[in-house]
Amino acid sequence: MTGLVLLGIFNGLSVASILLLIAIGLAITFGLMNVINMAHGQFIMVGAYVAYLCGNVALSLVGADAAGNAFILALPASFLVTAVIGWLLERGLIRFLYKRPLDTLLATWGVGLLLEQAAKNIFGAPNVNVRVPTWLGGALQLGPDLSLSYARLFILGLALVALAGVYVYLFRTSLGRLVRAAMQNRAMADCLGVRTDRIDAYTFALGAGLAGLAGAALCLLGPVGPFIGTDYIVQAFMVVVLGGVGQLLGTMGAAGAIGGLDSVFNLQFSVSIGQVIVFAAVIAFLQVRPSGFIRTRAR
Amino acid sequence: MTSPESIPRVRAAAWYLLAALGIMAMLFLVPGMMSAFRLNLLAKYLCFALVALGLDLAWGYAGLLSLGQSVFFGLGAYAFGMYLKLESAHGQLPDFMGWSGLDVLPSYWRPFGDPLFALLVAVGLPGLCGALLAYLLGRSRIGGVYFSIITQALAFMATTFFIGQQPFTGGTNGLTNFATIFGHPLKDAEVQVQLYRVTVLAVALCLALSLWLARSRFGRLLIALRDDEQRLRFSGYNPTLLKAAVFGVSGGMAGLAGALFVPQVGIVNPDSLGIILGIQMVIWVAVGGRGTLIGAVLGAVVVNAAQSAVSESFPDLWQYGIGLLFVATVLIFPGGLANGLQSLGRLALRAAASRRGEAPAPAEAAAELVRA
Repeated sequence: MTGLVLLGIFNGLSVASILLLIAIGLAITFGLMNVINMAHGQFIMVGAYVAYLCGNVALSLVGADAAGNAFILALPASFLVTAVIGWLLERGLIRFLYKRPLDTLLATWGVGLLLEQAAKNIFGAPNVNVRVPTWLGGALQLGPDLSLSYARLFILGLALVALAGVYVYLFRTSLGRLVRAAMQNRAMADCLGVRTDRIDAYTFALGAGLAGLAGAALCLLGPVGPFIGTDYIVQAFMVVVLGGVGQLLGTMGAAGAIGGLDSVFNLQFSVSIGQVIVFAAVIAFLQVRPSGFIRTRAR
Repeated sequence: MTSPESIPRVRAAAWYLLAALGIMAMLFLVPGMMSAFRLNLLAKYLCFALVALGLDLAWGYAGLLSLGQSVFFGLGAYAFGMYLKLESAHGQLPDFMGWSGLDVLPSYWRPFGDPLFALLVAVGLPGLCGALLAYLLGRSRIGGVYFSIITQALAFMATTFFIGQQPFTGGTNGLTNFATIFGHPLKDAEVQVQLYRVTVLAVALCLALSLWLARSRFGRLLIALRDDEQRLRFSGYNPTLLKAAVFGVSGGMAGLAGALFVPQVGIVNPDSLGIILGIQMVIWVAVGGRGTLIGAVLGAVVVNAAQSAVSESFPDLWQYGIGLLFVATVLIFPGGLANGLQSLGRLALRAAASRRGEAPAPAEAAAELVRA
């Protein structure tokens, strides 16, 4: 019995970690820069396909036995490729729309459609399987009815590492300080000689890259298709809204709350009722704390 | 010779006449001009135009961008679909309920046998839901992109919910296999023409209502809400109630559109309340020109007609087309079709004036534009 309860908790944590991994990127682009990037889901897909390509390249280079291990290299590759695409998107489109957030939403949705259709044309509509390391295939057996899949544990760890990395970058490096300065008071940062336009581009690229990383991680859980990102994206946005704008800790808490509630209600009732309850809970919570878990103190 | 004061009145009368002629043509000339298939498509676009109209009131005027307008549309469609389903079942259990193992009709389905009740719910329920959502979000001062995100989450939730409640909603298949409406067979061409006419009238009435609302004090308050909510609040108005009101009206229009859509298309499924349709509705308004009302109607018809034309022959191409449309509308034509036409009109006016060798009085030219 306790095994089942623990398994339930683990499942909740697992869903939460996937949401967290996706939402960290959003917390940067949406929370910090206030750019609503509807192509975030397609960035996830790009990351996943990059991992797929890495696997294929490794297969031809080192053979089937070792090819799965190339997945570890695919993680940074997915991050970099998606970050470059994000950088291009920021320079080519989003920078013209900073004053019109709703228009950014529409334009990035259009970009998402383009990426999605391009993926369908290049890789085909059916899902493809990504080679993953064999040592991530099993499960950690802790009891008769308690086994934790290594893949999900890996994602949990990856989400925490990514969160810690972003935290260190933003709050413990000089570049991160410039980012925060540019986001808090752009005019003043400009006056002090900060190249805020470059900061914008790098920050957006970072958010996009994190989406790519999330996409590569999703390959561990199942096959990859053109719509892989769209399944999670709506909930990931809710995580950022619930967590509070630009709050990494809030994002983590909100991912835990939404992921946890989701798995509890899905078990207890059904998926469809679960979704309704989670939505109602978010609205109800925002009635009490309109700015999310953690309030930004304005100065 | 007309006196200067009577010129606006004459002009207004001319516009009314033009509008009446246009509606008459849509009602009686157009059905004779195209095949039943094309007329059915046009009716479908007009239903979408009705949604776009409500969306434009909320977004173009009050600045509330809803990505979940499809939910209100779908609710209306399901409500009226329930009536059609019951009428087609002739007092028996609707087919899909039997397949899902239900023996008796759920009690809340029963009153939907009455078409008036179904229509009332189709318009009222989305209106109430919209008003309630806008009230709750307005109360906690959630606006801008956050409002949009939450409405999108609403669409996500509604789709999952309707798919999951298979025995009561027909699951992924939705409600279909309708036979009759008010006792007349739906396949009958004459019935479809009448439904088309009802749709034209509904669009015309809602357009008139929206134009009237937009020009009234209420409309000016909506614009104030969009441009400076804080200042409106400090002037002693309650933005939350305004948001609830406009979102209620907008939801009601979407619901009505859904109710008109179902008998003409013959099916409603969870796609009708989904995220994809929800954001497509936004692009209709954006292409037509937000904040112009007529533009929203135009945009819905033009974009959907283009979609049919392109995707009939090149389905892949349309995906790229609509993606580019989103980007181009925002980046290059933020004013949309309606504003483009206005600029054309302005150019024509100036050309005509210079031909007559006089510059148009600025005030008169401006008045012309406002009316156009």
